[in-house]
Amino acid sequence: MSNRKGVSLDFLKPVIELEYQVDQLGKIAGHNKLWVYQQLYIFQKKLADLKKEIFHSLTPLQRLHLVRQADRPTTLDYIPYILDNWIELHGDRGGADDLALVGGIGRLNGSTVMFVGHQRGKDTKDNVVRNFGMASPGGYRKALRLMQHANRFNFPILTFIDTPGAWAGIEAERLGQGEAIAVNLREMFSFNVPIICTILGEGGSGGALGIGIGDTILMLEYAVYTVATPEACAAILWKDSKLSLEAAEALKITSSDLKVLGVIDRVVHEPIGGSQSNPQQAALTLKQELITELNILQKFTNDERKELRYQKFRKMGTFYEE
Amino acid sequence: MSLSEWLITKRSKSIKKNIKQIQLTVPEGLWIKCDQCGLLMYFKTLNKNHKVCPQCKHHFQTSSYDRIEQILDQTSWKSINSNLASTDPLGFCDQKLYGKRLQDMKMKTGLLDAVQTGTGTIKGISVAFGIMDFRFMGGSMGSVVGEKLTRLIETATRLNIPVIILCASGGARMQEGMLSLMQMAKISSALHKHQQQGLVYLPILTSPTTGGVTASFAMLGDLIIAEPNALIAFAGRRVIEQTIREDLPDNFQTSEYLFQHGFIDLIIPRTKLRDMLYQILSFYYNPKN
Repeated sequence: MSNRKGVSLDFLKPVIELEYQVDQLGKIAGHNKLWVYQQLYIFQKKLADLKKEIFHSLTPLQRLHLVRQADRPTTLDYIPYILDNWIELHGDRGGADDLALVGGIGRLNGSTVMFVGHQRGKDTKDNVVRNFGMASPGGYRKALRLMQHANRFNFPILTFIDTPGAWAGIEAERLGQGEAIAVNLREMFSFNVPIICTILGEGGSGGALGIGIGDTILMLEYAVYTVATPEACAAILWKDSKLSLEAAEALKITSSDLKVLGVIDRVVHEPIGGSQSNPQQAALTLKQELITELNILQKFTNDERKELRYQKFRKMGTFYEE
Repeated sequence: MSLSEWLITKRSKSIKKNIKQIQLTVPEGLWIKCDQCGLLMYFKTLNKNHKVCPQCKHHFQTSSYDRIEQILDQTSWKSINSNLASTDPLGFCDQKLYGKRLQDMKMKTGLLDAVQTGTGTIKGISVAFGIMDFRFMGGSMGSVVGEKLTRLIETATRLNIPVIILCASGGARMQEGMLSLMQMAKISSALHKHQQQGLVYLPILTSPTTGGVTASFAMLGDLIIAEPNALIAFAGRRVIEQTIREDLPDNFQTSEYLFQHGFIDLIIPRTKLRDMLYQILSFYYNPKN
């Protein structure tokens, strides 16, 4: 963790300091080896405990900042670990190839699957190319085309959600951002193949839901799924955008909150420090979960599964009926 | 106190006593000034013209009750699920408790939530009609709006009748968090089943229709109808300005703008809405006239 560039999270400072101490100690291992190794062991244990403590008590806003970090693995970082022989596919057949929403085909544990997902950038230049993972109407239409293709050829669909929200620009409105998302919402209920959606990092409202209709919804442990960003919510409801901490707490955006509300189905555990501290382990954990869930879903008939999908979303929401 | 000061205070006191305040108060709302052209008119004139300015045709905001009167046949309205009320699933408290806000809104509008659903007829054709009311928390979509609209569409699917939903919303209700977002999915799934049965769905977009509503049922119509000069958007204007730091086109996010770019079938002024709805519905329900 200490050789990550530009770590700006203040709650990780004690961890970084301790890691530095451990490093220094390792360097002077030349003389007095036994004592040094004993000290090293003590420090490493302290480090692990400290990390565990910090990461078990992250506030929602801290989680949001954690998943927005540059070194957080993106969709295309996970795919090589999860799928074999995979190829990325392009185009919405309508004049655009949105780089913020990627899709492709590959093999999960031997069987062909189709995947779509939001793609963030790894550094500033990449982020501009990828538009920070904010998809335009072309992206949603590309996702729809690929998902319809998968439906026709009976491939299960895996979606990966990691977006600050749908792109809010003039072009996006002109090309029908609302319509693109709405059509995706409706069509995803019509697919006969199993759909598994995973929220990898930030699930930004309608932009996330545009590829977020599934039979099973998975969510990584430190990921967040918001109806509005805490900053926007604070600005509108509290009339003060600096109160984003309160807004984040009130909105119930963490994976455990959403499991309680019934919005997601399973929480996928991340290594301590988030998936960025051990991308390979995080990806392999996710791969296992995906295989397990897909096996369960494939036991149903198409009609049974579609009805279960319908009922799953039908039940969401609370009200009094006098 | 000097003599001149004493004189001044004495004079101001006596002046105060002598000025009689002539109170000429006109009861609120008797005379209404048009926001667009400034025409001053008696409130009954405005109401008789469907709350549309007779001079410049500016469409004022109306309540859901007005809409029922204006569009459906007299006495045909049968409200359903009017007893659904919101809970507070997140225990949300911003500047006011969510529960308290709901109560205040109930007092103000007489409604339990931001939508009225039911069945009625338009010149004899049975329709399932849902009307969103912007006065209730900005027409925001929460669990109850989602549930009522879903039940309305399911009823229409069962009774084999078309659905007309009048959209007027500021977006998803943040106080209900992710449950509000999921209502978008819920309503879209019900519309899918309605579509599978070969039935017609006509959303009518009024000002404003924004956010989660635009990204779900407002844009899924078989024919999409809008009122003139209505604000129809996905992202808010201010958000777009802050994101791209550019000037926006003049008629950006109005019904005319969406019409030019191919997202709306018809722009129908409110005064002609009832007749045109009948004309459209009769194409589907009386094809061989």
